[in-house]
Amino acid sequence: MADFIRDNINKDGIDRRGFLQCMAWAGTGVLYTLHGGILKSLPLMQGAANSEHMAKMKGADFSFIQISDSHIGFSKEANPDVTATLQIAVDRINSATAPPDFLLHTGDISQLSKPSEFDTAEQVLKGAKAGKIFYVPGEHDVLTDDGQQYLDRFGKGTKGKGWYSFDHKGAHFIGLVNVVDLKAGGLGSLGSDQLKWLQDDVKQLKSSTPVIVFAHIPLWAVYPEWGWGTDDSEQALGYLKRFGSVSVLNGHIHQIMQKVEGNVTFHTALSTAFPQPAPGTAPSPGPMKVPADQLRSVLGISHVNFVQGQHSLAIVDSPLAQS
Amino acid sequence: MKRIRWIFVCAAAVITAFTLTVGIRPILALRPAENPAGGASVKIDNFSFGPADVKIPVGTTVTWTNRDDVPHVVASDDKLFKSKPLDTDDHFSFTFTKPGTYVYYCAIHPKMTAKVVVQ
Repeated sequence: MADFIRDNINKDGIDRRGFLQCMAWAGTGVLYTLHGGILKSLPLMQGAANSEHMAKMKGADFSFIQISDSHIGFSKEANPDVTATLQIAVDRINSATAPPDFLLHTGDISQLSKPSEFDTAEQVLKGAKAGKIFYVPGEHDVLTDDGQQYLDRFGKGTKGKGWYSFDHKGAHFIGLVNVVDLKAGGLGSLGSDQLKWLQDDVKQLKSSTPVIVFAHIPLWAVYPEWGWGTDDSEQALGYLKRFGSVSVLNGHIHQIMQKVEGNVTFHTALSTAFPQPAPGTAPSPGPMKVPADQLRSVLGISHVNFVQGQHSLAIVDSPLAQS
Repeated sequence: MKRIRWIFVCAAAVITAFTLTVGIRPILALRPAENPAGGASVKIDNFSFGPADVKIPVGTTVTWTNRDDVPHVVASDDKLFKSKPLDTDDHFSFTFTKPGTYVYYCAIHPKMTAKVVVQ
């Protein structure tokens, strides 16, 4: 394979020649890198070659994978076998040359909060060579007994309805819950208890600490008409304003959306179960049917690479198959 | 003669018994949602409640049926009622015994709101 990175002038892992050579590859993965707040995207190949490219480009200090919206228990036209597509996602995770440090599941693990659905999800995800799996619930995971079952299974060591934080190789990760106590006519909701906890949680951190927040419903107003937003996310983001690098990883909308606002990068992931329509392009945000041979190309996972000293994360969204 | 009369009496008894059991049942079965005087129906589809505005007299039972391809939870704003998660074709019924305006929504998709006005 040709070495297509020649002049690493800005130490960002790519030069013009290399960029053009990268462009020649038909890829299914897209690498988004941010440098000084400006989004750049490059197509990449799948599988092992992708990881090699990643390693060359970034020399990542660590990587993790975001997986979302597995909806185990869903069985309609949009995808009659969501367990199979979750398994394909796990196979994709396991095909990387370097295993991720951990997985983040941004919720809607199950379709109806049924024990059998959670069992199946856990069973499939157990096969991922990825160390620990961190979860936050989606609204489908807290449908019965006020989300107690979710807490029993995935909430050890969490506070309130399942929020928590942890540090990993110098970065601070915060898992938030914005799918409980939803009010009529409202959007996602964090609630005052959680906001108070968040304010406290980040108080002692240096502003140079990279912060990664993950929650199910987007923490920005993607499309409020369809409930794609969080009523009190502004307050949460206010507590993170002083940090030099904040990344917000969400799910819920079953499609990739990105936004950069100052030091904050927002990113939503694909689902491993079924796609949903782009905002306003359908009468409602329900499961979107695509031809069976295209389904895997609209489902996927996100590889996230963290480099010490870089302004932000490099996120690679990988569909489960080429379209 | 006595015998014929006895046969008639028996026949009448059998016919009466038959009518009372089999005949009445179909009439009783009409009481729930199909009979507008006895109940109201709300269809859930495309992430909305239809009709969104229901006006009923006190004592009416409203039945929600989910025709959407995603589950929904029917929940009243004042915590008066809340259904279990309704998958496609599941129902939930609630009888309104007091007058008032009851705003309700889907607890999973809270942007879906509607109301029942009980007079």
